[in-house]
Amino acid sequence: MKRSLLPGLVLAMVLVFFYAPIAVLVVNSFNASRFGGSWEGFTTKWYAMLWESDDIWDALFTSLKIAALASIAAMILGTLAALALHQFRSRWQRLHLAAITVPLVMPDILMGISLLLFFVAIGMQTGFTTIWIAHVTFCLSYVAMIVLARLQDFDFTLVDAARDLGASRWQTARLVLLPLLMPGIIAGGLLAFTLSIDDYIITFFVQGAGTTTLPLRVYSMIKTSRNMPVINALSSLMLAVTFIAVAISFRLTKRPIHK
Amino acid sequence: MKLWSPSQKRREWLITLPSLAWLTVFFVIPTTIVLVLACKPADALGGVGAGWTLDNIRALGDAQYLPVVWRTLWIGAATSIICLVLALPSAYAIARANTVWRNTLLLLVIIPFWTSFLIRIFAWKSLLHPDGIIDRLLTSLHLVEEGAPLLYNSSAVLLVMVYTQLPFAILPLYAAAEKFDFTLLEAARDLGASKLRAFACVFIPGVSRGIGAAALMVFVAAIGMYVVPDIVGGTDSEMIGNKIAQRVQGDRNLPLASALATAMLAGVLFLLGIGWRINKSAEVQKS
Repeated sequence: MKRSLLPGLVLAMVLVFFYAPIAVLVVNSFNASRFGGSWEGFTTKWYAMLWESDDIWDALFTSLKIAALASIAAMILGTLAALALHQFRSRWQRLHLAAITVPLVMPDILMGISLLLFFVAIGMQTGFTTIWIAHVTFCLSYVAMIVLARLQDFDFTLVDAARDLGASRWQTARLVLLPLLMPGIIAGGLLAFTLSIDDYIITFFVQGAGTTTLPLRVYSMIKTSRNMPVINALSSLMLAVTFIAVAISFRLTKRPIHK
Repeated sequence: MKLWSPSQKRREWLITLPSLAWLTVFFVIPTTIVLVLACKPADALGGVGAGWTLDNIRALGDAQYLPVVWRTLWIGAATSIICLVLALPSAYAIARANTVWRNTLLLLVIIPFWTSFLIRIFAWKSLLHPDGIIDRLLTSLHLVEEGAPLLYNSSAVLLVMVYTQLPFAILPLYAAAEKFDFTLLEAARDLGASKLRAFACVFIPGVSRGIGAAALMVFVAAIGMYVVPDIVGGTDSEMIGNKIAQRVQGDRNLPLASALATAMLAGVLFLLGIGWRINKSAEVQKS
């Protein structure tokens, strides 16, 4: 039977809608025109200007530091959480699962304001540490979910076999469980890293003087429409990094998104 | 699972406690503080006064906030509806594609998740900018008057909102469509239903849980949005999120900000509750 072409057409339009703005942005990063309304010749001067913008590179460095530290902490906490949720079926685990899943659906702004109020209440100065805490908090759930999904098709007879062959519990965890779970943990860590490096709203609430992350920096540039072509150049570079990261993470998980 | 067999209880706590304690301290307690602070008076210095009051909650009903609450709800609803209308045929098309195409198409839908949220919104700001490509094009075609801004209004907010939320609608719908038995559509067609009728009366009910999940996800994300109305919206397209940020960073009225956050939280929890109930009853029906 002949199928309707309409759904395919809608999908094609949706994909154009997704990618056209991004494509225009990348093209405009090489456009000599300030606002990109028309093509005024090829240039790399915006990239040169970006290269000179020390404040952007400082902010990027801060973001990388926070993202690295936050994803390491989230990988540890998230993996432990996933193991606990997978192994045990007590009432506490139901609570544990709720504590992990609710942050996934909570609007960022609520998490931002609640953390700010918490830091104000305990009298903690906002800055690098508070941003790190906030990032660990929202990354933890994502890592836990990814590792949990991985555990669901994990072959636990391997663990039993190691124990039968005389490995101690600690040896089994370190030499069998952990290496086999590693791709899942790293995929979770990568997701945590990208979420952390991209977060604006939560960081906006818990930021302090002296610590500016890249999204905070970029946001103030977007808001004031200052140096728009330089943001184009920066965005294009970040898109390139994202595509590479996506490629790496797909290699690691090696699983199609559906079975 | 022999790995954790003896002294199970202690072992369970050893691996549960780190994440549970972290989330209790940095998620559960902070959320509780929002609820408590919503019932506290503000003092003139940007701090919190003594005693209890319902003034902050009442303030949500006054002329400054009520229109914002309504706008948040209608933009959320409109975003969800537009996303569903676009996502349903898209998910259908992906689910019916052959395996090679399907994985590529899925990847194309997922990549926006990985690209920077701010950059995607910024891309639209420069497109809609008075000197940007869309304004130039529309003006040269005399479709819009010169000087009528495309930016800083509710339509721009809605457009960019759909742009950012659409992948979140397509994925749950695809997950549902993938499990759908497409021979049912052929049966409907054999029995004389038109293509559209088969789609509307067989496919749509068949993926109703996916529709529910997608609508819920988009609506919750939309009513909690701050960045989109802040960048492409104007003063007459502010949403609750903008008001929360203004009360925190502008005049530092934390109790009022908490009351606004409480209203948002109540809305979100209410919707999640509905979603949970529907899911639960669907499971009961199945078993």
